[in-house]
Amino acid sequence: MYDTLIIGAGMSGLAAGIRLAHFGQRVAILERHYTIGGLNSFYRLRGRNYDVGLHALTNITPKGAKRGPLARLLRQLRFSWDDFEISPQNGSQIVFPGAKLSFSNEFELMRSEVARQFPGQADAFDKMVSQIVDYDDLTDEHQQLSAREVVSSYITEPLLVEMLFCPLMFYGSAREHDMDWGQFCIMFRSIFLEGLGRPFAGVRLILKLLVKRFRSLGGELKLRSGVKRILTDDGHVCGVELEGGETIEARRVLSSAGWCETMRLCDDGDPVSSRASGQLSFCEAIATLDVPPSAFDYHQTITFFNDSPEFHWTKPTGEMCDVRSGVICSPDNFGYDRPLGEEGTMRVTVLADQDRWMALDDPDYRLAKHRWWDRIVESAVRFVPDFRARVIDTDMFTPGTIVRYTGHDNGAVYGAPDKQLDGTTHLDNLFVCGTDQGFVGIIGAIISGISMANMHCLRD
Amino acid sequence: MTKEEIREEVLDILADIAPDEDLSNLDDSQSFREQMELDSMDFLDIVMELRKRHRVQVPEDDYVNLASMNSTVEYLEPLMKDIQKV
Ligand SMILES: Cc1cc2nc3c(=O)[nH]c(=O)nc-3n(C[C@H](O)[C@H](O)[C@H](O)COP(=O)(O)OP(=O)(O)OC[C@H]3O[C@@H](n4cnc5c(N)ncnc54)[C@H](O)[C@@H]3O)c2cc1C
Repeated sequence: MYDTLIIGAGMSGLAAGIRLAHFGQRVAILERHYTIGGLNSFYRLRGRNYDVGLHALTNITPKGAKRGPLARLLRQLRFSWDDFEISPQNGSQIVFPGAKLSFSNEFELMRSEVARQFPGQADAFDKMVSQIVDYDDLTDEHQQLSAREVVSSYITEPLLVEMLFCPLMFYGSAREHDMDWGQFCIMFRSIFLEGLGRPFAGVRLILKLLVKRFRSLGGELKLRSGVKRILTDDGHVCGVELEGGETIEARRVLSSAGWCETMRLCDDGDPVSSRASGQLSFCEAIATLDVPPSAFDYHQTITFFNDSPEFHWTKPTGEMCDVRSGVICSPDNFGYDRPLGEEGTMRVTVLADQDRWMALDDPDYRLAKHRWWDRIVESAVRFVPDFRARVIDTDMFTPGTIVRYTGHDNGAVYGAPDKQLDGTTHLDNLFVCGTDQGFVGIIGAIISGISMANMHCLRD
Repeated sequence: MTKEEIREEVLDILADIAPDEDLSNLDDSQSFREQMELDSMDFLDIVMELRKRHRVQVPEDDYVNLASMNSTVEYLEPLMKDIQKV
């Protein structure tokens, strides 16, 4: 009999597992895949290492900072800041026609950029930022308001509104068109007020730290152990059945498999799942270059681009990908103390229509990957130096990749649009954590696992 | 445990929770919250570490006693005086 079973060895499941094992629970993490990490995994292809989910860690506050999600998660998981070996971004930019905003881990840069390019909006921007600083994610009653409405009540220049939404939606909106004001505040703080960084060794470093810690505390990790059913009895979970047929008993279950996905696993006839699945999915064109981008004088960490004054955050209609807008990430362009390697990498992420991608059979899928790699990169090089002559290897990440790594319906990157912030379900000892609880991204997922473990699994 | 030993033990828990913190300048009469910016999650951790390490139960209504080092030691002394230091 386990105290707690955790479904999924992604960031949130591993973090929750560490908390529970640390306080002496008998806990096992059940992972369907043969490896850990979920959306944040890594793989090797033709002799090179690739990260699946990581562009940058958000919420990067400097060593010694006591506030904010990063400081909190280090304390809760008993890590030191140095363990994560984080290097800060060089600097990033948001590029729209006729306007460009640069930002870095010093918020003053962004403030001055706004004041320079939108002088009439500078005061309103400051006012809005002070609201965002004071926003309390646990108690605020305005959490559900439309962020577009709130932001437009301060900022009257539509182009600036669109430019602010673009990065925040790309990095964390499960909802089309708009965000909740609460989510907007969380994302604004995590990207603009705190900042971006990356461990030299990428996401594998964080995963290794988490899994090593979990195991050293006596936690059990079971790979290739997909959960087929959550076994219930009269409003109560009594255990799970694995895909292999084995059943495991537990006093409670914490699931990071997603809301709809978890509801479907329950064997009590799916009584409460009338919640929409997410629709927003990504394609990413990955280019390996023969030189780092600094060799052609490109130093930006991330470039968010949009080719018209209006930013569209919706599932693409009519085409497989929407290349009007995207995120260009260069893992080489962080402030490491040594070069990442002799080669370089450029990754371009755009919105994709998962239905069209999943409908393809194998030869068409491979053809589409090539065709769309070209179109995505062609769109990106309008905003950064044309790196195509330097490409020595390519790969392509599609909505199918997300389904494979996470099992999320529709390959939805940020899960379902409606979140379950308190993590509870219709069963008194089944809880959700991770993407569909409400905190997204790597740091967000870790915080989610910690909070749900504290709130629901450590109280007795 | 003596008061001094209890203080050492609390310091050890704090060092465990916040390894990057320099605790040598801790002012025993000042609140942890102000000096280390501990939040409610951290206070819960102090309570749970006490339970894990010494089987000392701190009921939720008593958390206010854990505000500073002085008040914590004061509060824990009767609960921990029979515990042997290891
Ligand atoms: C292209 C891309 C770039 C990104 N870039 C960044 C970035 O730069 N910075 C950032 O912070 N975030 C980024 N993200 C987002 C980030 O990766 C996710 O928000 C985060 O990893 C979510 O973690 P999670 O633990 O909630 O869920 P997941 O990672 O989805 O973990 C869920 C786990 O549960 C397992 N599972 C599901 N069903 C079952 C079952 N029935 N039985 C057993 N196991 C099951 C899955 O296999 C998976 O391992 C990016 C995402 C994408 C797609």
